[in-house]
Amino acid sequence: MKRSHLLLLVVLIALPWFSGEYYVNLASQILIAAIFAASLNLLVGYAGLTSLGHASYLGLSAYISAWLSLRMGLGHALTAPAALLATTLTGCAFGWIALRASGLGFLMLTLALSQIVWGLGYRWVGVTNGDNGLSGLTRPAPFGIDLANSAAYYWFVLIITTLVLLVIARFVNSPFGATLRGTRDQPRRMSSLGYDVWGIRWVTFVFASFLGAVAGLLYVYFNKYIHPSVMSVTVSAEALLAVIAGGSGTLAGPVVGAALVMLLKNYASAYVERWNMLMGFVFVFIVIVMPAGIVPGTQALLRRLGGGRK
Amino acid sequence: MSAALEVRGLCKAFGGISVTQDVSLTVAAGERRLIIGPNGAGKTTLFGLIAGEIKPDAGSVFVLGHDVTRLPIPARARVGMARTYQIINLFSKDTLAHNVVLSLLGLLPLRRNPIAALAARSDLYDKAHALLERVGLAARAQHRISEISYGEQRRVEIALALAQEPKLLLLDEPFAGLSQDERLIIKQLIAEIPRETAIVMIEHDMDIALEFAEKITVLHYGQLIVEGDRDKVVNDPMTREIYLGH
Repeated sequence: MKRSHLLLLVVLIALPWFSGEYYVNLASQILIAAIFAASLNLLVGYAGLTSLGHASYLGLSAYISAWLSLRMGLGHALTAPAALLATTLTGCAFGWIALRASGLGFLMLTLALSQIVWGLGYRWVGVTNGDNGLSGLTRPAPFGIDLANSAAYYWFVLIITTLVLLVIARFVNSPFGATLRGTRDQPRRMSSLGYDVWGIRWVTFVFASFLGAVAGLLYVYFNKYIHPSVMSVTVSAEALLAVIAGGSGTLAGPVVGAALVMLLKNYASAYVERWNMLMGFVFVFIVIVMPAGIVPGTQALLRRLGGGRK
Repeated sequence: MSAALEVRGLCKAFGGISVTQDVSLTVAAGERRLIIGPNGAGKTTLFGLIAGEIKPDAGSVFVLGHDVTRLPIPARARVGMARTYQIINLFSKDTLAHNVVLSLLGLLPLRRNPIAALAARSDLYDKAHALLERVGLAARAQHRISEISYGEQRRVEIALALAQEPKLLLLDEPFAGLSQDERLIIKQLIAEIPRETAIVMIEHDMDIALEFAEKITVLHYGQLIVEGDRDKVVNDPMTREIYLGH
């Protein structure tokens, strides 16, 4: 791990000691959004598959966990793995369907599938409680540690986020990760080199849905409430914006992008009434000034300032 | 010993137009075969049918005795088939070494490993370096594909194919767009490919291609017109009429 990463981690660990509860909660939300965006980045950035339905996995995992807890009376030790497993299996099926196409076709299929899930969230009232959502949820207490207070939950999310980002870093730098990038850049060549392009994409789709489910669990634990709007196209689009704004196909890009989206959404909205418009302007600015995203754009700028090396 | 390639009664039509009509040919192990024909003769379609990129309407393809007609493209690579492309098809953002490593990885179980650090696999990078040495590009191993010349990219195409250690190598116009000097380099590279590999080449540059060929197949309007050794094909009145123009 680089020294700068370690320093950032130390600052993040110390955050609850020098900032108020509002900012600690905001940081938790940013980290959850970062996991969600990073999972989507596996598809968008590394596989070259733009999905507009990733919120399905966030919502499904949250709903399954909430339903098992409220209706079946199961504890978190059972609801969490069950939610992850069921969501990942859904990812297996959705991936199998969506990967019949690539490009715009793939985007539309992911959107259509997520709209089905979103519609079920609203209409299957017996299970989801419809527009009222599911409330009265609790946070888990792993190893007897109570996560009810903001700081404890923040540290819990920070640990999971760090682990998820380390796993993603390992994944994209592995032989499988290299083949995944190969299928993004030259699928035809990859086939003739002996790679099963569809299989590589499908495995990645399933892995991305699993990580999306992890974000979903953290989301429902944080809010202790779940509403169908979490599976809407807006949530998928916000994650996609975070990936593109931060820099798709980079490890840090989705984290930076997620932070930007969450700050605009939570912080700027307190001062600017039309914060959606502000978000629009910010993204247009990024796309014009740094088309590859904030992280690659800043790296290129620093290289230029540091002596013009390529 | 099984033939490197055996094509039996291959047919393909697009929208009622027959582009491959009952083509049968056999390429022996280690043979150097040239496929020629004027534009529209169906050479590229025949390559696509052999490589698995186009599904035939009828007929079958055998590689080293295995019926690969219904096999997907990656499975054909595992049987021992490799190919180069007429339009260069490399990983342009990656280094030359990484391109060759991807080719080496294609037939190894390691390709499925999502945990190991690829950069730490010095054995693969050493092998890639040796292959780049073979095509005279070892010094540029750490350059990106986008930073090297077109002629050098053609050499990387061949390095990628060689990394697969094929028993049957399909070369799709390997001299296309090259200068005279670059052509000589590629010609030398092809000449150095060991005899364990049978080569089937489509090429328009007759001066270079005829030198390479042990046996020549002439296609015209999707049909096999003439087949035989160099002298037989060049002196055949059909070839002179439809291809050489006199």
